[in-house]
Amino acid sequence: MKELSLHILDIVQNSVKAKADKIDIIINENIKDNLLEITISDNGCGMSEDFLKTVKDPFSTTRTTRKVGMGISLFEAAAIQSGGHLDIKSKLGQGTTLYVCFMHNSIDRAPIGNMIDTMITIILSAPEIQYVYKHCKNEKEFVFDTDVIKQSLGDIPITTPEILEWIKGYMQEGLASL
Amino acid sequence: MKSLAELQQLRDQISQQVVLRKDREDGIRVVVGMATCGIAAGARPVMSAFLNEVSKRKLSDVTVTQTGCIGMCRLEPIVEIYMPGEEKVTYVKMNEEKVARIVAEHIINKKPVAEYTVGAVQE
Ligand SMILES: Nc1ncnc2c1ncn2[C@@H]1O[C@H](COP(=O)(O)OP(=O)(O)OP(=O)(O)O)[C@@H](O)[C@H]1O
Ligand code: FES
Ligand SMILES: [Mg+2]
Repeated sequence: MKELSLHILDIVQNSVKAKADKIDIIINENIKDNLLEITISDNGCGMSEDFLKTVKDPFSTTRTTRKVGMGISLFEAAAIQSGGHLDIKSKLGQGTTLYVCFMHNSIDRAPIGNMIDTMITIILSAPEIQYVYKHCKNEKEFVFDTDVIKQSLGDIPITTPEILEWIKGYMQEGLASL
Repeated sequence: MKSLAELQQLRDQISQQVVLRKDREDGIRVVVGMATCGIAAGARPVMSAFLNEVSKRKLSDVTVTQTGCIGMCRLEPIVEIYMPGEEKVTYVKMNEEKVARIVAEHIINKKPVAEYTVGAVQE
């Protein structure tokens, strides 16, 4: 994938499929330690210990339309290629946390890319889920929480085009302030 | 700086319109395949392009949604368009330029762009 934000979009789809109702995305850029960390956690159905052991293997998938599952193995390959690694913790019935890190300055690391379009896409894909996106850069942070937005919206759907446009502008400002 | 107060103002402005827009089962649906292979092939910018066109042209009867695997990896990104009373049209190997044409010719003028459809590619 050309951007890390595309991997994030793909991994979040796993959480949506796992019937999560809250998904947290944390991006932590720590330039001083040359570290870029991404954590995606959900409260979905989780995985059994046995399945978890094999989940990074492309041949482990519960999908039925083809025999390989690529999302996690692609993300892991991207991490390893830029001096990092991927780690998954999961408990059946409780949820899953996927952690990936990269060397921030690695020339083999894809750029973070367009997180705004990733957030808009996941909001549209399952608007009922609460998404919390926190982006930390050195000492500063920006937090975007769809439940806070929904509280201000009352009964207007978050997927209304004008609202999505507003969210884009809001995130643009927030991310630019980092 | 954008604030939640501003968002509430916007909500009040649009609440009237949205009420009218609700319950439109007869609308047009644009469905973008957003599984791993679709995303890798460029499905996200295709979806954003549809959203932008819908916003820009104020097409209030069009909804843009997503689905998982459509089952034709090598033809991704794939977009299906459902118009009321018409057969579904499947567009393949989509990109942003194709979106502009499909919106103008198919969604607005009701004439599918035959050369971008799955049928044209498989022949
Ligand atoms: N957050 C999660 N919660 C529960 N199960 C998960 C989660 N993430 C992944 N899994 C399980 O791990 C499998 C492999 O995931 P992976 O993303 O690598 O492939 P996939 O989703 O099956 O297919 P693809 O991503 O290629 O469309 C999934 O099929 C699913 O069973
Ligand atoms: S696996 Fe590629 S279209 Fe579904
Ligand atoms: Mg997946």
